[in-house]
Amino acid sequence: MIANGAEDEEKWLAAGIAGLQQNAFYMHRALDSNNLRDALKYSAQMLSELRTSKLSPHKYYELYMRAFDELRKLEMFFKEETRRGCSVIDLYELVQHAGNILPRLYLLCTVGSVYIKSKEAPAKDVLKDLVEMCRGIQHPVRGLFLRSYLSQVSRDKLPDIGSEYEGDADTVVDAVEFVLQNFTEMNKLWVRMQYQGPAREKEKREKERSELRDLVGKNLHVLGQIEGVDLDMYKDSVLPRVLEQVVNCKDELAQFYLMDCIIQVFPDEYHLQTLDVLLGACPQLQPSVDIKTVLSQLMERLANYAASSSEVLPEFLQVEAFSKLSNAIGKVIEAQPDMPIMGVVTLYSSLLKFTLHVHPDRLDYADQVLGACVKKLSGKGKIEDNKATKQIVALLSAPLEKYNDIVTALKLSNYPRVMEFLDNATNKVMATVIIQSIMKNRTQISTIDKVEALFELIKGLIKDLDGTFDDEIDEDDFKEEQNSVARLIQMLYNDDLEEMFKIISTVRKHILTGGSKRLIFTVPPLVFSSLKLVRQLQGQEENPFGDEESTTPKKIFQLLNQTIEALSNVPAPELALRLYLQCAEAANDCELEPVAYEFFTQAYILYEEEISDSKAQVTAIHLIIGTLQRMQVFGVENRDTLTHKATGYSAKLLKKPDQCRAVYACSHLFWVCDQENLKDGERVLICLKRALRIANAAQQMSSATRGSTGSVTLFVEILNKYLYFFEKGNAQITSSSIQSLIELITTEMQSDSTTPDPATNAFFASTLRYIQFQKQKGGAVGEKYEPIKA
Amino acid sequence: MNFIVGAFKPPCIVSISFADGRTRKQVPLKKENGHTVMVPLFQSQENIVGEVLIEPIHGKKLEHTGVKIELLGQIELYFDRGNFYDFTSLVRELDVPGELYEKKTYPFEFSTVEMPYESYNGVNVRLRYILKVTISRNYVSNIVEHQDFVVQNYTPLPSINNSIKMEVGIEDCLHIEFEYNKSKYHLKDVILGKIYFLLVRIKIKNMELEIRRRESTGSGPNTYVETETLAKFELMDGGPVRGESIPVRLFLSPYELTPTYRNINNKFSVKYYLNLVLVDEEDRRYFKQQEITVYRLET
Repeated sequence: MIANGAEDEEKWLAAGIAGLQQNAFYMHRALDSNNLRDALKYSAQMLSELRTSKLSPHKYYELYMRAFDELRKLEMFFKEETRRGCSVIDLYELVQHAGNILPRLYLLCTVGSVYIKSKEAPAKDVLKDLVEMCRGIQHPVRGLFLRSYLSQVSRDKLPDIGSEYEGDADTVVDAVEFVLQNFTEMNKLWVRMQYQGPAREKEKREKERSELRDLVGKNLHVLGQIEGVDLDMYKDSVLPRVLEQVVNCKDELAQFYLMDCIIQVFPDEYHLQTLDVLLGACPQLQPSVDIKTVLSQLMERLANYAASSSEVLPEFLQVEAFSKLSNAIGKVIEAQPDMPIMGVVTLYSSLLKFTLHVHPDRLDYADQVLGACVKKLSGKGKIEDNKATKQIVALLSAPLEKYNDIVTALKLSNYPRVMEFLDNATNKVMATVIIQSIMKNRTQISTIDKVEALFELIKGLIKDLDGTFDDEIDEDDFKEEQNSVARLIQMLYNDDLEEMFKIISTVRKHILTGGSKRLIFTVPPLVFSSLKLVRQLQGQEENPFGDEESTTPKKIFQLLNQTIEALSNVPAPELALRLYLQCAEAANDCELEPVAYEFFTQAYILYEEEISDSKAQVTAIHLIIGTLQRMQVFGVENRDTLTHKATGYSAKLLKKPDQCRAVYACSHLFWVCDQENLKDGERVLICLKRALRIANAAQQMSSATRGSTGSVTLFVEILNKYLYFFEKGNAQITSSSIQSLIELITTEMQSDSTTPDPATNAFFASTLRYIQFQKQKGGAVGEKYEPIKA
Repeated sequence: MNFIVGAFKPPCIVSISFADGRTRKQVPLKKENGHTVMVPLFQSQENIVGEVLIEPIHGKKLEHTGVKIELLGQIELYFDRGNFYDFTSLVRELDVPGELYEKKTYPFEFSTVEMPYESYNGVNVRLRYILKVTISRNYVSNIVEHQDFVVQNYTPLPSINNSIKMEVGIEDCLHIEFEYNKSKYHLKDVILGKIYFLLVRIKIKNMELEIRRRESTGSGPNTYVETETLAKFELMDGGPVRGESIPVRLFLSPYELTPTYRNINNKFSVKYYLNLVLVDEEDRRYFKQQEITVYRLET
């Protein structure tokens, strides 16, 4: 029978509809012939179809709607009857002769509607009678539909303010009383529904109940639409009465739905003024009611209300909305010990959003909310629940979104304490969010306190937290995170140099805890940030601070030295080398020779001891040469030492072409254009000649191993160096030496053993063209070039 | 043929008419043959005035030994059919013995007639009032003509009319308290009341209020009691919970009630009861019966 339940139901519904239609047909005939007696008889029979217990609410509704349509026609007929002289009072009695209660009450409501319209009796009396008589239906589904019908036919006839049914005897109080009573009775029926029938069908019944909830809620909508319900009335009678019913029904489904209804139906202004009462009901609800959604809705609405107009803000202050909400949430959480953490956090998150919108100036409120949240979460450890975690992220993101300024959030002392509860992965996500917020808003973090606070917040990114395993971390994600930290370091800035130094020291302290994986990301921005400071100090007057304690470039360099040293543990020698060179250059600008020398020394040590890859060596040596070339701070001795070393390294590179190129690059170390004491033509020539030799050796080697001499590119490159120094006035470079080099290249290129290379050919050709061009320039330059024949 | 027909035909037409026949209220009366006729309505202490018209057929001479009119109040018990107990019997002589040649009217009058009982047509008993005209004749049967009329007596508003209030129940199962606003109702009255559910441990399907008539006839070992349910009025659909109160509003006018007759000439009585019936989901019935007094109120 159960298996065929749905099928049977269809049959019953079909039978019900058929019966209804048949009687409706006879009723129509009676209506057409103005036969009141038959009209009553057949309408009662028609309505008897609604007495069925076999249909689910859904199907019953279908039947009800058909009856409803027919009753509209009957109501029209009754109206005409009264116009024809039949007393409406008699009609009102006549329909009550029906023996079955359900048809009787449907008819009574229908005539009642006509009765009120006739104004032969005060509307309130009729309404009161109807709502009382409907008590006769105690069957939940039938009762709900009957009362829904009553609500439907009466809603335009309530003695509301300004309604035509308002009078001396009829006031809005009566209208409210009527709706409240109907509401109360409907809710009772609705709640009772769950106890009907066998326990095993409970789930199905709850579903059916859920389908019927709007019938109950409609009463609240009607209440909400009664014009005459002003704040006082709402406060004194409507809300207390509704809440009483909600609380007393002790039903989870009803309480949740109805609380939500109250919040949605009545104006925000009323909610604000009755917060005590409304919130007072919350802890009294069943522990299983999803109160967080209800309260969140309320707070969201109130926040929107506050946002709607600045004029309403004083109201919020006047009623102390925040503290009331805050208290209520505390109580609700206490009252519902089983509330999941997610619920707790959601509540606080909503409250935070509320206060951020309503009291953006009261940061202490926001901090209170976070504090309360911490209190409730304390002892729970890291939160594992995914949903709860999400809510915490929402909670923490709210201030960022609102203020668009992390600085404000940093003032919230409880902010990091809330973050503690996040698991490591989420903590990182949150930290990233914070950084992104800073980036997006270009927030400047300018005091040491804020920096400290910020690093506390993002510590998940700065160092390994307990219980994280490397293999859990995705390489790309990690890079992404660390890059954002690097960007963040650049955002920490203060014009006050003293403060800036402190910031740098603080940042350094934090990043050094980060472990080898992070240092390669975090050290460079710190170094550059420091160098920026150095440069600014340099721009200042001589020793602006005057005392020994103050920040000096020297101190910064000491710090930098130690910082870069940290990279040796990583190890990241290539990066460290670059940074040393950068620092050396900065020291050069500050004319701190020993410091610069020290940095170079460090760089050289790294080169010698750590950089073994030949490609890396090539890059490194060129960096060293380039940097060294620009150094002006060194005395002859130091410079000689460093230059000598660099040249030595160059000659020891593995591949001949690399050697050659490094060596001819070294030539620049002996000839710095704008420094008269650094023009050693002799040694330039030695370098270039050595380069030629190496190029030659390279060719021979190539010829020996591959059978062809390879390209003459190196020669062309050296030729270009020759031309450079020639032009710069190095007396050691003569036109004849250039001439012979050109000839050498030409010969080589024509040789069979040379591998033809279009690029080299083009290079050489354009070099020659350059010479030609310089010749044609005439003047001093032209003269100089004159002897060279290309 | 004509002669023979004429021989069986009554030799005259007798008709009884009331002086205020045109204005007097007529009520329907169900005759023994099932037909309903309209008859005049009287109450006790009224004067019954009218005339009897006797019209001999085509001038035939009607010889009689006297003409009289009787007013009879009779009780007929169906188990003793044919025997009438006359509780009222009044006679007026209309004519001395003689002969009638043409139609003649005889006025009659019964003044302030005592008619204490109402006309009643029950299951086992009938109480009726008739005017009976008898033309007595020698050797041949008397000519008799009847005219029914109905008597209804009004009762003044009872000075004491308490409500009926009672708590009933089955221990630990069902406790209800019911209240009907009065114990005495007139025929067009409406019963108002409330049923309070104090304890409900059974699954009630519905509740109805019945109006029952108990007609008791005879006496001693020959007592016959007939109970009819005149009304079945559903008060409640579905099961209530503790604390519910269900309104009662039952209009009596649609039902064919008579007043309560306590003891009509020691022959019969008619009493009315309200029967509150609760039906549970297993169709078990729980009921409580309460007598009410029905009376006729002057309208």
